[in-house]
Amino acid sequence: MEELLRVEGLQKSFGKKQVLNGIDLTVYRGDIVCVIGPSGSGKSTFLRCLNCMEDPTGGKIWFDGEDLADMSVDINRHRQNMGMVFQHFNLFNNKTVLENIMLAPVYTRLHPPKGQPKPSRAQVKEEAREEALALLKRIGLEEKADVYPSTLSGGQKQRVAIVRALAMKPKLLLFDEPTSALDPEMVGEVLDLMRDLAKSITMIVVTHEMGFAREVSNRMLFIDEGRILEEGEPEEFFGNPKHPRLKDFLSKVL
Amino acid sequence: MSTKIDLFLNVFIDKGGYLKVLEGLRNTLVIAVLGLLIGVVIGTLIATVRVVPKYKRLPRVLNGFATFYVGFFRGTPMVVQLLLFYYVLLPILGVRLSGVTVSIWVFGLNSGAYISEIMRGGIQSVDPGQMEAGRAVGLSFATTMRMIVIPQAVKNILPTMGNEFIALIKETSVVSFVGASDLYVAFNYIGSNTYEFMVPYIVMAVIYIVMVVMITILIRLMERRFARSDR
Repeated sequence: MEELLRVEGLQKSFGKKQVLNGIDLTVYRGDIVCVIGPSGSGKSTFLRCLNCMEDPTGGKIWFDGEDLADMSVDINRHRQNMGMVFQHFNLFNNKTVLENIMLAPVYTRLHPPKGQPKPSRAQVKEEAREEALALLKRIGLEEKADVYPSTLSGGQKQRVAIVRALAMKPKLLLFDEPTSALDPEMVGEVLDLMRDLAKSITMIVVTHEMGFAREVSNRMLFIDEGRILEEGEPEEFFGNPKHPRLKDFLSKVL
Repeated sequence: MSTKIDLFLNVFIDKGGYLKVLEGLRNTLVIAVLGLLIGVVIGTLIATVRVVPKYKRLPRVLNGFATFYVGFFRGTPMVVQLLLFYYVLLPILGVRLSGVTVSIWVFGLNSGAYISEIMRGGIQSVDPGQMEAGRAVGLSFATTMRMIVIPQAVKNILPTMGNEFIALIKETSVVSFVGASDLYVAFNYIGSNTYEFMVPYIVMAVIYIVMVVMITILIRLMERRFARSDR
């Protein structure tokens, strides 16, 4: 199994408040890791540290042969390989749906690393446009290509946000409670898309959707007070939890 | 009253007073428009400096400079700034510039200070998630700022920017302090030729009002255009 991401002793504190107390995790290509835990447990902070949305205050994050927790790495380049989907979608309000998807691919291809040839603008745009339209077609929203995000429903916004992340062809996708801000009837369409993606891409998903986690993940993590208290395959994790905190948590949410 | 109007028209048309007025109008507009453009550029840069995360040294130094800059230009009247630049700074530097040129720069620097505060408010009113989303797909802070955050901030502050432009137009009436001829100079010239100031000053006021009304309409149109993404 090819190792994609290795987290060693990850710590994060906000001022004096320690939120992550040393987390270790190795993610292999094809893994679907679902992270659950009570609110305030640090699970979102953990996910946001992985692509340095929050700067870790200790530990290492090995990705593509570099330690992302080292502030001197080119984090923007690594983020292109590690997509993120947010609870509140965060589509670019001043861009149309198609532009939302095209923006980062076009920009990064027109600004290649130093020394590499610069491709032609028209060609890059045309390619990105075709890719974006194909992605929109995949989620059945090609007729929404030219509208602004404000006209979409929550479920549509989140699906567009997911393909926006996919457009960069990342190796790993991070989901930060992707269905928590949705109306109940829209949760299904987003989970269906994620279920479909799970066949072809590595994902780490912070979620409250226990059914989804159990069905789709191959590894479950339970985080509380900034530590991984239990880790395992979903069958065992849900069927026979060991840690009393996880037992207690599952009894409340299931 | 009719003789007063005749006197005015005599100087305004027959003695070429209208040329002075046109020159004044041109200077007023040039100073206000270029001043606003310079102000927008400076203001946007300073506002960006103000919202950059401050854990590195360079942003802190720039932020200190920005605080000083805004403090100076908001803390002194425009007239004082014009006089300082024209009669103190330029002689020290040994540079000769026309009153209009100096006015353009002083108006730009001055409005830059005000616009930076307007723009900072505008930037902070944009959902932080917009910046996060830009960073998450691998764009830099500056690129996300330029392509995502600032366009939305500008939309939010457009009405306030209209106010700033109107204020600039009206404040051009002080540029005669550094020898630039604006509308005030033109109508004063007409008045002092006839010793009759009533009509020239009324006409001057009307011209200002017409300009301001036109700007207000222009801003309305721009707002409507920017509102497309709200549908």
